[in-house]
Amino acid sequence: MARGGGELIREHMSGKFIIPREELMHPGHSACPGCGEPIAMRLLLKALGPRTVMNVPAGCCAVIPGVWPRYSLKIPLIDHAFECTGATSSGIRAALDAKGMNDITVVGWAGDGGTVDIGLQSLSGAIDRGTDFLYVMYDNEAYMNTGSQCSGSTPWGAWTTTTPGGNEISHRTGKKRILEMLVENGISYAATVNIAFPEDLIKRAQIAQSIRGPKFLHILSPCPSGWKMDPSKTVEVAKLATQTGMFPLYEYRDSQYQFTEEIKDRKPVEEYLRLQRRFRHLSPTQISEIQNLVDNRLRELDARMEASRK
Amino acid sequence: MYETYRDLPPIQITTESTKGNQTGTWRTFRPVIDLDKCDRCYTCWIFCPDVSIIVEEEGDYPSIDLIHCKGCGICANDCGPGAITMEREPL
Repeated sequence: MARGGGELIREHMSGKFIIPREELMHPGHSACPGCGEPIAMRLLLKALGPRTVMNVPAGCCAVIPGVWPRYSLKIPLIDHAFECTGATSSGIRAALDAKGMNDITVVGWAGDGGTVDIGLQSLSGAIDRGTDFLYVMYDNEAYMNTGSQCSGSTPWGAWTTTTPGGNEISHRTGKKRILEMLVENGISYAATVNIAFPEDLIKRAQIAQSIRGPKFLHILSPCPSGWKMDPSKTVEVAKLATQTGMFPLYEYRDSQYQFTEEIKDRKPVEEYLRLQRRFRHLSPTQISEIQNLVDNRLRELDARMEASRK
Repeated sequence: MYETYRDLPPIQITTESTKGNQTGTWRTFRPVIDLDKCDRCYTCWIFCPDVSIIVEEEGDYPSIDLIHCKGCGICANDCGPGAITMEREPL
């Protein structure tokens, strides 16, 4: 069974820190209560350490670190336009190389809209240039900063203001397979991670940090206001996303795909869907359709992993 | 700090941390830790989005920074032994 959430306790000694202790984030940032993004940011910074430079495009991530003159991170950060996370990262890396500062990790931290829709071309360009940087996409599955508009990463059947619920679900194909897309693009390392599995997240981030070349992390980061759920359920829902197979955790490394959290006893997707009111309009047939989509997706992933091992 | 716009630095710089933002005023429910039930797994510390669970040293019991805690309740929801309860703030 995949671990995570409150179950961590049963597997660890009490009174011990299982993740790095150093805190690179101040309290008082402007995220909504229960937001998954600061959890992801905090865990990632714990993994990468203070020798990190971050650049963020428009989105929640541009607002959360704080409003001038106050700032919540203990690392430098550059704000830039929506579509140039990859280009800015290449620029920062070039500047650091020119100054001879090779021990610094460059992180492009963008949302799902800034990655799969708007920033895709500059990310692709940065991979093409072979820039040594880590691109992190925190995925809250819609344009949440502007009030929940559908993005290329919104799952099939989810309510957003531009895909209202009803008998007819719009003809979308579901989440873009960004990780596979970037692997075909020639990325060095790519992994999906989940805030409910902090040890795994930190491990993947540190592996990514140790590899040279373009790297990609896809973090699931629930949004209580956009997913229309109780803010206290953020970690629980994120954990269910992996346990039901809606968000499988896997990585691409050394030309091989592999699962990083094996899911045994996979739970039905309904357990994940019913905690969120964005899926409230779904009929039982539509829920079984989502179950089918998830089953097919996991079968396809299995086949992909088999094929990559040969 | 700056008298006119001419005194501003040529680039945008931050002068203080967000610790000055009293986000605790957003809170409706206050987390309360029952230290008898707590077995110091630090799950609350790991998952707190507001960096408001304070553990000074390994082995210490966690405490809560009520100036910044937004009262989301993730700590209470994910606490293994159920040592954290959410109590309504007085009006």
